[in-house]
Amino acid sequence: MARRLFLERRTYRQNRLQDAARLLPVLGAVLVFAPVFIRGEATGAEGPDLADWLVYYFAVWTGLIALTAFVSRALTRGGGAQAPRAPSGFGSDPGAVDEGR
Amino acid sequence: MLSFNGLVAVCVLYVMFLFGIAFLAEKRAAEGKARWLNSPLTYTLSLSIYTTAWTFYGAVGSAVRNGLEFLTIYLGPTLVFIGWFWLLRKLVRIGRAQRITSIADMISSRYGKSGGVAALVTILAVIGATPYIALQLQSVTLSFSVFARPGAFGPPNAGQTAIWVAAGLALFTIIFGTRSLDVNERHPGLVSAIALEAIVKLAAILAVGVFVVWGVADGPADMLARIEASPVSQTGWNGARWLGLTVLAGAAILCLPRMFQVLVVENSDERHLATAGWAFPLYLLLISAFVVPIAVVGLEMFGPDANPDVFVLTVPLERRQEGLALLVFLGGFSAATSMVIVAALALSTMVSNHIIVPFWLRLTRHDDPMSGDMRRVALMARRLSIAGVMFLGYGYYRLSGGADALADIGLIAFLGVAQILPALLGGILWRGATRVGAALGIGSGFVIWIWLLLIPNVAETGGVMPQMLTAGPFGLAWLSPLTPLGLQATDPLLTAMVLSLGINTFLFIFGSLVSFPGPLERLQGAQFVNVYDHSQPLYGWQGASGTADDLLIMAQRILGTGRAGRLFQGAAAAQGRGTGLPEPTPDFLEGLERELAGSVGAATAHAMVAQIVGGASVSVRDLLAVADETAQIMEYSTQLEAKSEELAQTAARLQEVNAKLTALSLQKDAFLSQISHELRTPMTSIRSFSEILMQSNDIDDADRARFSRIIHDETLRLTRLLDDLLDLSVLENGRVSLHEAEAQLSDVLDRAIHAAGAQADGRLSIRRDPDAEAVTLWTDPDRLAQVFINLISNAQKYCDAAAPELTVTVRQMPGRVQVDFADNGSGIPKRQQALIFEKFARADTARGAPGAGLGLAISREIMTRLGGGLSYVPSEQGTRFRVRLPARARRAA
Repeated sequence: MARRLFLERRTYRQNRLQDAARLLPVLGAVLVFAPVFIRGEATGAEGPDLADWLVYYFAVWTGLIALTAFVSRALTRGGGAQAPRAPSGFGSDPGAVDEGR
Repeated sequence: MLSFNGLVAVCVLYVMFLFGIAFLAEKRAAEGKARWLNSPLTYTLSLSIYTTAWTFYGAVGSAVRNGLEFLTIYLGPTLVFIGWFWLLRKLVRIGRAQRITSIADMISSRYGKSGGVAALVTILAVIGATPYIALQLQSVTLSFSVFARPGAFGPPNAGQTAIWVAAGLALFTIIFGTRSLDVNERHPGLVSAIALEAIVKLAAILAVGVFVVWGVADGPADMLARIEASPVSQTGWNGARWLGLTVLAGAAILCLPRMFQVLVVENSDERHLATAGWAFPLYLLLISAFVVPIAVVGLEMFGPDANPDVFVLTVPLERRQEGLALLVFLGGFSAATSMVIVAALALSTMVSNHIIVPFWLRLTRHDDPMSGDMRRVALMARRLSIAGVMFLGYGYYRLSGGADALADIGLIAFLGVAQILPALLGGILWRGATRVGAALGIGSGFVIWIWLLLIPNVAETGGVMPQMLTAGPFGLAWLSPLTPLGLQATDPLLTAMVLSLGINTFLFIFGSLVSFPGPLERLQGAQFVNVYDHSQPLYGWQGASGTADDLLIMAQRILGTGRAGRLFQGAAAAQGRGTGLPEPTPDFLEGLERELAGSVGAATAHAMVAQIVGGASVSVRDLLAVADETAQIMEYSTQLEAKSEELAQTAARLQEVNAKLTALSLQKDAFLSQISHELRTPMTSIRSFSEILMQSNDIDDADRARFSRIIHDETLRLTRLLDDLLDLSVLENGRVSLHEAEAQLSDVLDRAIHAAGAQADGRLSIRRDPDAEAVTLWTDPDRLAQVFINLISNAQKYCDAAAPELTVTVRQMPGRVQVDFADNGSGIPKRQQALIFEKFARADTARGAPGAGLGLAISREIMTRLGGGLSYVPSEQGTRFRVRLPARARRAA
């Protein structure tokens, strides 16, 4: 089956959500590693900025957690590409055997 | 202040409580009622074994020494977890689909079930984890000594404490980690105890944090001010280390055997990842939120000379918060024990599955790895491995003597297991990754890591630094771990990380590019990389209604309704359910699988049960095993078929023989009655005429002569009959002696025609072809003539044509000579054609003609003796007999 060019609005949303989920660690990495380049080889002598960075990191951390929670919930609620299947789905196998009898 | 004994009592109580929780959880899970076990919260909490006693106590120490650096240990895993959708989901899916039991199993499965790679990863993991376990024991004894004051039994003995802790942990792990050889390797009792410990340690650290921020300091604002004023703010900031450690921690959470165990193996539901993806980072955030405040307050209280690693304990103790301190102590105890338990479990699974059992199999040449015997061996191997791993950790702790250098081992262990990362990531993302590449990469990284980090650390821990390490082996300075490649590295860890992981990755890719994978490896590669195409997502099955129904339906198909019904009823009764279906507990499933295996083979049974219960996709290994079994069954059934065919043939043959025997018996009876009849007829006339001759005196000479002649004729007939019988008997018994000589066929025919008196009587005209008869034979001419005479006289007697005519045709064929005697009579009726060669058989047309009916039987016997044959040839008209003479009887004319 050829890949459809235009998807339903809902499926399209789900796909973008998955993109977001995949991109979250990239955003996280940028935010976590950015200070390495900004702060450079700063030593304590240049100023007591540890408290500020502490606040920055915990803010970033909290933000990432909240974002992930939002995206994850949206993904599981919407079903996404991996739509949850009822456990009874496993029963299809015995059914097939039945027909073969 | 609590005494040492009091502390021990608290510990024992706490451990008993854990045992109780674990037992309860096992029981509930066996009944299928432990829904909370299957919740994302439990899963997330069990992941918390990442935060060990090293981080529980050591994070504060790290903050005092290196400022924010401790955050990297938590930020790395956070980055991995917020990207759960991309990587962890795939890992978990693969783990489930391939029924992975450990990280070593994962790597080995991906690279074509390679036993060598699995053993390599196992050894690497054990070597990396042993000092780590020692570190946990050290932290527990350290907290004991900080907390407790000497009691009635004297001061706490660090060695004794450690050995009791180690033994207790081994016992706990053995009890709850090796209850069964469940393929899914899930351990509800263990997981619930660990979840509980996770709560305890989080509660402890939060309580201390809250106490520090709001009890000691004056709220967050005051705390921030204190931080800025504290020497903690004066610590340096190393960007490279920040980056390196974050990556290292991210790698470790994927590769640490204990993390893999809870993350992948114990995962029961893929959706739990969606929760853990944000909840686990949240847990880490909460655990580390108050690290800096505690460090700052600790420094304020005790000054820079105190041991910052125990600030978490000493700060509440200093403020006389004994309850809080006890909670902290239990938190640290929990952190250490949960890590050691899971690490021992994961390592023992690997050691037993990839080292002991293969070795044992090779030693005993066992060919059925799923037999009950083997299961016992595997369980025993696992228990011994747990004890062994504990002993190694304890031994290392004793050897190191609780040296400070042990604290560095945390990051060193991280780097050790991180050597698996290239092969792991490459394996699930790149189909081109091969076993050769994986072995080269892991092996090289492993060796570099041992040489550059582990050996120096061990040497430092032991307090000796041999010449070989400082100056390099053989005096080669560039080989020295202190100056690798001649680099004057400032940070040995980062240098070793770049070198080992760099060379590891390079060799992994290079080895993969130049080598060629085997078929199983390529199949597994495709299954791993494209796992979403090959598997269904897994959702928890515990307590899922319908599972038992499905199992019953399947069992009925295989075992039959009666047997399956009895089996299920028995299981339900054993579970205390009088009626209805049993819960699919592991015990029941194991029993069912065994039962099914008796009918369809172990591999097939396993695949079927797993399909319904575990939702596992069937792996290539399963398929191969099933194919093996099927082939065996097919071969067996082919053998059976061949045997039954053979039996049928034998039976048919027996029937034939029986029919023949019956016919022969009938023939014999007929023969006897016939012969008595034949003998009786002449005897009757002989007797009656001789009686007349004896009793009557008034018989004239003419009558006397007539009667005497009749008696004489009858006697002759009797003699002839007896001669014939004798002849036949001799022929049939094969006791005849043939007088073979060279003879012309035409001569034999001449003699026969003459003897039969055919030409003298003139009634039968005989047509011959003298040219064709010019055949020289090697045979018994008298006997052959006898046959010909019989055939000619038969024609004389029975040919019912107006002008009887006999045609003798001689034909030479390759390998034989054929002589046909054909008359122009009406022939022999079809139904009698089969009988004419039997003794005393007389065709209807022969009624009234003289003869005993032995002629053709004798002729046929003679021809058989001469190596030829005599047969009747059915033809349109007339009677045609065919005499066949073998070629060896023929001499080239």
